[in-house]
Amino acid sequence: MKLTRRKFLEISSATFAGAALSQNLISNIKSNDTDELGIRKVPTYCNICFWKCGAIAYVRDGKLWKIEGNPLDPLSNGRLCPRGSGGVGMHYDPDRLKAPLIRKGNRGDEKWVVATWDEALNYIADKMLKIKETYGPESIALFNHGIGGNFLKHTLRAFGVINIVAPSFAQCRGPREIGFELTFGDYIGSPERTDIRNTKCLALIGSHLGENMHNTQVQDFAKAIENGASIIVVDPRFSIAAGKAKYYLPIKPGTDLALLLSWMNVLVTENLYDRDFVDKYGWGFESFKNEISAYTPEWAYIQTGITPEQIRNTARELALHKPASLVHPGRHVNWYGNDTQRSRAIALVNALLGNWNRKGGFFKPAEMKIPKYPYPPYPESQREKADNPDNKYPFISEEGLTNGIREATLTEKPYPIKGWFVYGTNLIESMPNQLETIEAINKLDLLVAIDVIPSEITSWADVVLPEAVYLERFDDISVNSFYLPFALIRQPVVNPPNEQKPGWWIAKKLAEKLNLNEYFPWTDIEEYLKYRIESAGYSYDEFKSKGIIFGEKQPIYDNEGVKQEFFTPSGKVEFYSNQLAEYGFDPIPRYIPPDDPPPGYFRLLFGRAPVHTFSQTQTNRILRDMMNENEVWINSDIANRIGIKSGDYIRLKNQDGIISNKVKVKATQKIRGDCVYMVHGFGHRSKALSGAYMRGASDAELITKYKIDPIMGGTGMNVNFVTILMED
Amino acid sequence: MARFAMVIDTKKCVGCMDCVVACKTENDVPEGFNRDWLAYETIGKFPNLHQENRSERCNHCDNPPCVYCCPCGASYISSLGGIVLVDQNKCSGCKACIAACPYNARFIHPVGYASKCTFCEHRVKHGGKPACVEVCPTHCMYFGDLDDPMSDVAQLLKARKYHTLIPEAGTEPNVYYLI
Ligand code: SF4
Ligand code: SF4
Repeated sequence: MKLTRRKFLEISSATFAGAALSQNLISNIKSNDTDELGIRKVPTYCNICFWKCGAIAYVRDGKLWKIEGNPLDPLSNGRLCPRGSGGVGMHYDPDRLKAPLIRKGNRGDEKWVVATWDEALNYIADKMLKIKETYGPESIALFNHGIGGNFLKHTLRAFGVINIVAPSFAQCRGPREIGFELTFGDYIGSPERTDIRNTKCLALIGSHLGENMHNTQVQDFAKAIENGASIIVVDPRFSIAAGKAKYYLPIKPGTDLALLLSWMNVLVTENLYDRDFVDKYGWGFESFKNEISAYTPEWAYIQTGITPEQIRNTARELALHKPASLVHPGRHVNWYGNDTQRSRAIALVNALLGNWNRKGGFFKPAEMKIPKYPYPPYPESQREKADNPDNKYPFISEEGLTNGIREATLTEKPYPIKGWFVYGTNLIESMPNQLETIEAINKLDLLVAIDVIPSEITSWADVVLPEAVYLERFDDISVNSFYLPFALIRQPVVNPPNEQKPGWWIAKKLAEKLNLNEYFPWTDIEEYLKYRIESAGYSYDEFKSKGIIFGEKQPIYDNEGVKQEFFTPSGKVEFYSNQLAEYGFDPIPRYIPPDDPPPGYFRLLFGRAPVHTFSQTQTNRILRDMMNENEVWINSDIANRIGIKSGDYIRLKNQDGIISNKVKVKATQKIRGDCVYMVHGFGHRSKALSGAYMRGASDAELITKYKIDPIMGGTGMNVNFVTILMED
Repeated sequence: MARFAMVIDTKKCVGCMDCVVACKTENDVPEGFNRDWLAYETIGKFPNLHQENRSERCNHCDNPPCVYCCPCGASYISSLGGIVLVDQNKCSGCKACIAACPYNARFIHPVGYASKCTFCEHRVKHGGKPACVEVCPTHCMYFGDLDDPMSDVAQLLKARKYHTLIPEAGTEPNVYYLI
């Protein structure tokens, strides 16, 4: 929708301080010149996923036209992924949240009073102050996803909030970070330090690059293929990546650890590992060697269904190319509840390949540093965080445990949690067991959801705040440590079509309502951005016009001068972990077989499609034209036997009797017979998502069961079984 | 005259549809329609499978039935490297070309004329490449002049094995798939 100047003024004068913002946007837009064809180009960075690629948005005749990659940006190399290219559809999405909403009916009824920003923020501030008075500021929690939440996080921390969590840890990559930290003393981080572009052998364990569209990784994967790297894919499903593989290992779901242990067995017993690396940097190798001697390929065959010959061949292939040989640590790895140990086993195979800080293995990210803005210190709290009372899960990160906050909300232990802020994450779909989430919500005095579309979590909120999409706002600087260090700017390309406001504005206004003005010494976000960039010694104008600044080139491999340092207690690569032993965990990963599905049931697996992000993009009209519902993949021999075929609609029923929305069958040879697979993010139940309502089925609904990883507290979600119900 | 062709390396293509999305925004393709699309072909029995992902579109044939059958003279072969185009102003929307095209490459635009891939001739005529080629994150698409022996496309077809789609239709297609 295009706003006339007149309409725009009407809207802005209706809202508190709206005029200041609009001027700000317009002045920015003027500063970027329009060429003779009426085209204006604005550098920014993408927000359709957390990869945050540098982009250039094109405006034609005042309207958003297309978005391309910024050729200077090392994440996109001038090419966005399909979601980023389709980001245009986010701005034009007719289902967008348009104005602040205050709940009228019961929670979940989706009945609202349309409010002004002033009304909505007053309502929120009032409730917050009441919660603070009765329970303390610790009784408010923030569930946050993505860089856009930075300013809200700041306001809440200034208010005294300490419970800040992100599903990216406990529902996604937490086990990987902890597994690698326990072994190498360092996280993998994001963007990953995997040197895929230079590797000669890449093993993917359930990681479906190409469907999982983390831009640079997919570009590098294609480079590896072009370079003739050997690809090994371990997956119960013949993924896109499997179609590129020299070795495809159709593993029984849940048994990856057995395969990893037997790979280590082969590498050690056949003396194929990097002895130099292990002798110099390894810790506890002798006990490790003894322990893994039991895990022969013959043993692993029984667990995994992968033949001893395939296990030996792939282990030898990995060894042949070491150290330019890499077992990818994956990203979404909360699968079975023993995920830290599996991730640690991945770390240990890599350690045997001696690939840490080496070309074709893991590089050392070149660090980018941009000073923070000098805010006053946050208030200190005497209370412990509520997500992990008594350090129940001894190895967690700053990102915290979403499920821990949910539990504390339900049990009121260690203290009651009465307010939730949910920024940029559709908690109903991102956390397992929806009923638990809803029960927790029903114990709250305040639930505020900040989103761009009316996702399921907004249906349950007391107040919904409509954020401007990334193409309509400034945001914090994206600071990246990668092959090169660099930082990207996000700046508005077009105006928000309705009452939507940028996250920084919302956070600043809320702070004003809470009398926290001292925490926002800047009046305008550009003042903040300018301060940070200039204090790092860069020109803000250049940052705006190029969209990117680079730090100094740094060594990234040991042969370039990176020191082999390991921030573990022993200062070495820990084949044996004293830390784990102290807390009563296996110091060397030990195999525990998964439960088998009951007769007539299949294990439910889920993953990604290249054209959608989580449950956030299904109403985007461009991306919807690429994929408008998900399908359930089922082995075609089994489908024949039970009398269903591709294109039929069925429902899935899980072990707890939960029945899914109807979903299309994809009968295919590309999956084992003991599991079914679907793409996450479909089957929306929020009626306001008119473009996606009830299209396909939601895996999240069927994930009523989850297994908590005792080491880091994350939720293993591939532990549900489903059976097929015919649709008449 | 140049002879434009597209060469797509199926060994690298991951079937991500970025080519389809980029085309959609570049060319303002309306909701519900696409000018290019993906074909995913799997052969074999689990787990011994072979998979080919193909980004498909108008083949800009040297022998184009859509042009021959057009009663209005709206479908034509452009002097710009043999690109097959539709003159919107001449097109009556009769759909003869849609019936004639063995690749299903054409559709009737909601405004009423036949529409399809143009090899982004608006970019090509300024020395650019089609939007799909420029966006592809795997760099698996190549575009150029087959008559120029030094072009990427000519070199690749010389060095690698390839196939085209429905060659038996005699259309002499100009989109090549490396295998
Ligand atoms: S990977 Fe794709 S969606 Fe994610 S930031 Fe990059 S272009 Fe955007
Ligand atoms: S953009 Fe490239 S990799 Fe993606 S489907 Fe198209 S041709 Fe294949």
